[in-house]
Amino acid sequence: MNKNDALLAYALRLGDNALILGQRMVELVAAYPELEEELANANFALDYIGQARMFYAYAGELEGKGRDEDDLALLRDENEYRNLLLIEQPNGHFGDSIAKLVLFEAFYLRQLEELVHCADKRIAEIAARAEKEIRYHLRHNTQWLIRLGDGTEESHARAQEAVDNLWRFTGEMFAADEVDNVFENEFDGPDLYRIREQWRETVAAVLEEATLAMPEDAWMASGGKAGRHSEHLGYMIAEMQYLQRAHPGASW
Amino acid sequence: MSNKEWPLYEVFIRSKSGLSHRHAGSIHAADDQMALDHARDTYTRRSEGVSIWVVRSSQIVASDPAESAAFFEPAEDKIYRHPTFYEIPEGVENL
Repeated sequence: MNKNDALLAYALRLGDNALILGQRMVELVAAYPELEEELANANFALDYIGQARMFYAYAGELEGKGRDEDDLALLRDENEYRNLLLIEQPNGHFGDSIAKLVLFEAFYLRQLEELVHCADKRIAEIAARAEKEIRYHLRHNTQWLIRLGDGTEESHARAQEAVDNLWRFTGEMFAADEVDNVFENEFDGPDLYRIREQWRETVAAVLEEATLAMPEDAWMASGGKAGRHSEHLGYMIAEMQYLQRAHPGASW
Repeated sequence: MSNKEWPLYEVFIRSKSGLSHRHAGSIHAADDQMALDHARDTYTRRSEGVSIWVVRSSQIVASDPAESAAFFEPAEDKIYRHPTFYEIPEGVENL
């Protein structure tokens, strides 16, 4: 894989992660039990959609085929998305959503911190902006996981179950493939091995404070980075793309 | 599931211009840290501030509206407490 292909693939992955997670959070808009958390969730979702736009706009330029951010977001098929499997998992209950966000954002924040210093200027600029947003998200969501884990008997049990259920999707974040390796070597990109060590430290500290047990690493699901998704992504994309598919080019 | 309401907090925001904190409104939160987050997400979404204070509404000691006559009216007829009897020297635009 050459340098340019890896850069394009890497930018798309970042965009796909941001878009699909943002869309998951959009599903929860108007579903929160508290107005303030409702606002926070919608803000966070918009942060992700905004990040997706920046990564997609850049990916479109790199590709050079005239596709813009909307084309990339709304006119690709399921197997063309390269987001992590963790991200597309259903929202479940509040504890599931929070656990998913903490597990992902503890990784994403480290990834962005590394990308700020990478050799590609545009990726570094977008990362610098996204990093501030995600730092706050992680802070907020971490506090929630601690509250739930160290809360009532029921919230503790449900938070533990959420972490246990999602654990098998965490391995994919650190499983470097060709795109990761070429990006790391050619653009001074993130070292996933080192990020994994930092991630484990962060997550272990949060789980400990939340009085939750850290699951054992066992079989890990993977495939999202290569376009092989769980059954959940297709439904999401169908809903997300409905308008553009039914009324191509619709705008207001 | 309990439906207990979270306590109310008052939110004070200092805007960029270096003024003092001003009351922005109130939010509900389960604890102090959450109150700061909620204040941030509710009242500074459009860059309204650079500093936030939150305080439990129950911790505010407020004057009693029923006593407002005794509290405030005595000051109303004491105009000599206003610095309005000075002659402003010529050329001074703001005082």
